[in-house]
Amino acid sequence: MAYSGPRTLFEKIWEPHTIAQLPGKVALLQVDRHLMHELTGVEAVRVLERRGLPVRNPDLTFATLDHVISTEPGRTAGDEPWSSEMVNAMRGQMGRLGIPLFDIGDGRQGIVHVIGPELGLSLPGTLIVCGDSHTCTHGAFGALAWGIGSSELVHVLGTQTIRQVRPKTMRVRFEGAVPPGVTAKDMILYLIGRLGAAAGTGYAIEYAGPAVEALSMEGRMTLCNLTIELGAKFGLVAPDDTTFAYLRGREYAPQGAAFEAAVAQWRTLYSDAGANFDREVQIDAAAISPQVTWGTSPEHVIALDAAVPDPAGEPDLARRAALQTALDYMDVHAGQRLGELDVDRVFIGSCTNSRIEDLRAAAEVVSGLHVAQGVKAWVVPGSLSVARQAAQEGLDQVFLAAGFEWREPGCSMCVGANGDVVGPGERCVSTSNRNFAGRQGPGARTHLASPAVAAASALAGHIAAPSVRGARGVA
Amino acid sequence: MKPFTICRGPAAPLLRNNVDTDLIIRIERISQLRRGQFATWTFETLRYLGEGPQSGERADFILNQPPFRHACILLAGANFGCGSSREMAVWALEEFGLRCVIAPSFGDIFRSNCLQNGLLPVVLPAQAIAALAAVASDGTPLEVDLRELEVRAPGLAPIRFEFDPVQQTALLEGLDEIDQTLLLMNEIEAFQRTDRQQRKWIYGQHRGSSPSGA
Repeated sequence: MAYSGPRTLFEKIWEPHTIAQLPGKVALLQVDRHLMHELTGVEAVRVLERRGLPVRNPDLTFATLDHVISTEPGRTAGDEPWSSEMVNAMRGQMGRLGIPLFDIGDGRQGIVHVIGPELGLSLPGTLIVCGDSHTCTHGAFGALAWGIGSSELVHVLGTQTIRQVRPKTMRVRFEGAVPPGVTAKDMILYLIGRLGAAAGTGYAIEYAGPAVEALSMEGRMTLCNLTIELGAKFGLVAPDDTTFAYLRGREYAPQGAAFEAAVAQWRTLYSDAGANFDREVQIDAAAISPQVTWGTSPEHVIALDAAVPDPAGEPDLARRAALQTALDYMDVHAGQRLGELDVDRVFIGSCTNSRIEDLRAAAEVVSGLHVAQGVKAWVVPGSLSVARQAAQEGLDQVFLAAGFEWREPGCSMCVGANGDVVGPGERCVSTSNRNFAGRQGPGARTHLASPAVAAASALAGHIAAPSVRGARGVA
Repeated sequence: MKPFTICRGPAAPLLRNNVDTDLIIRIERISQLRRGQFATWTFETLRYLGEGPQSGERADFILNQPPFRHACILLAGANFGCGSSREMAVWALEEFGLRCVIAPSFGDIFRSNCLQNGLLPVVLPAQAIAALAAVASDGTPLEVDLRELEVRAPGLAPIRFEFDPVQQTALLEGLDEIDQTLLLMNEIEAFQRTDRQQRKWIYGQHRGSSPSGA
């Protein structure tokens, strides 16, 4: 390797995966893990087969069902003929190609960004791609992981490589510690609010600092998951003892002596002192409080107890008009407190916040209480494994007793591909990742928040902080 | 892939920031329609009053206005194509008839998807795009030239843009990325042979009942 100076974590993964440097900034890179799901997978396999190409490395390819599969208890495939057809096509293809499919029947099905980590597929120093923009989630393990499109998916299937422009690097340091009750979701929403939804365009972002080191793996996954909402394809956290403890004994992680050897190598994966980043950002973690979005971009975010911004304060006319459009769509007005907004739906789930720690945080809030009248509240665990763990801890009963629906794992109402949607004009507090106009259904109004805030809002019937416990207007 | 050299025609200004791929093509369409069926559904929530074309068009939407119904260039705001990785967003723009999008910045995944399909993503400063929009607003055609890397508009000096040389060649010649990579199969095989020895645990020798590996 030609490089001898201090290197970033990003460079330490990028360089050993480089098969060929093409003229310009594009490199041909080895893919270690190709994760697939039915929504983009089925068509990509059809294209590959039409071209007469075999899958180059079925041993490095893994699939699950998450986007269109039903989340209805008792499900076997989709809710509609078209989605069942897609699910069954995926089953047929994966069987034929020798690609492991984590399906309902074998107990390992779940959202691709939840099962990759929990099966030990997402490992430090690896290069991971998937036909889904939230693939940056796996960067929590110190992996270089990003979302790809359909054509790239065919490319990876056929060659086990990907062409990629080398991104610039950014380091975001969260200094100090977050106040009690502030989660990884609040950290990343706060960051997006500060920097804007396009700040990360063209960058690989490494998250560092004491407040990141203090996060569990679940928290780090939430942090990295929303990197794409900051505009960046890649989010990374350097692996440490928290990472290794999480991975030890996972099904696809190296075992025994091989694990110890891998850990020794993984311990070299950090940004060297003096390594150069194209941009550095410092955030005071102590200044972060629970965050909720008010508009139609993740950058439209404020502290739960702050006032909705006034477009009149925006000097740029186009931006002012955009803010007004967002307010109108959301039926929110400038200066309003989010705690005044009644909610119709609450969704706890998605690749952002559907892991066991998220469900524990929500259950702690709802335990012994009941969902407010008129609110339809759902919990959709991220995987069958999460659902089993939750059941062992009695969390499913806590949610059911409180009046939540407890559903089967999948992407569900985050993307609405399977028909799990929020109705037109309905207001939903959601633990997912996108508050785009129409994302959760035509005309749906989405407020992104942490699991604790979503749970508290379900109980209160309006957007609420966990401590409020049903008392209106204090938020 | 369709080669791109020059595109000349009406340029529709849609200057709002953060146009996400959900807005370009809805999830119901990408899950239930196939490639070639998207043109009707491009920007559907901006384009129609209700569900689909039968509900009527929104007169105030730029692509519904006469000079821009056949636009081949879209002048866009920052972070165009952010959000979901769905390549169908690119297909939907192409099937509508667009060949080029000019924006201050693009969603990174969307930009990659453009390059796979011969839809040219041109990055220019917002001020330059505003100047182009002022010229194009009455339907005056603009010209985007990938060979010369410039955008030309009557009354304005040619505006240069940057492009990676490999990606420029691929678009100009309409090269298929998979075909290009298959030419490198010797390098890929050599890489993997060494890699299999160095990182056995990547290749699954650790799996199943013999975790100690090959």
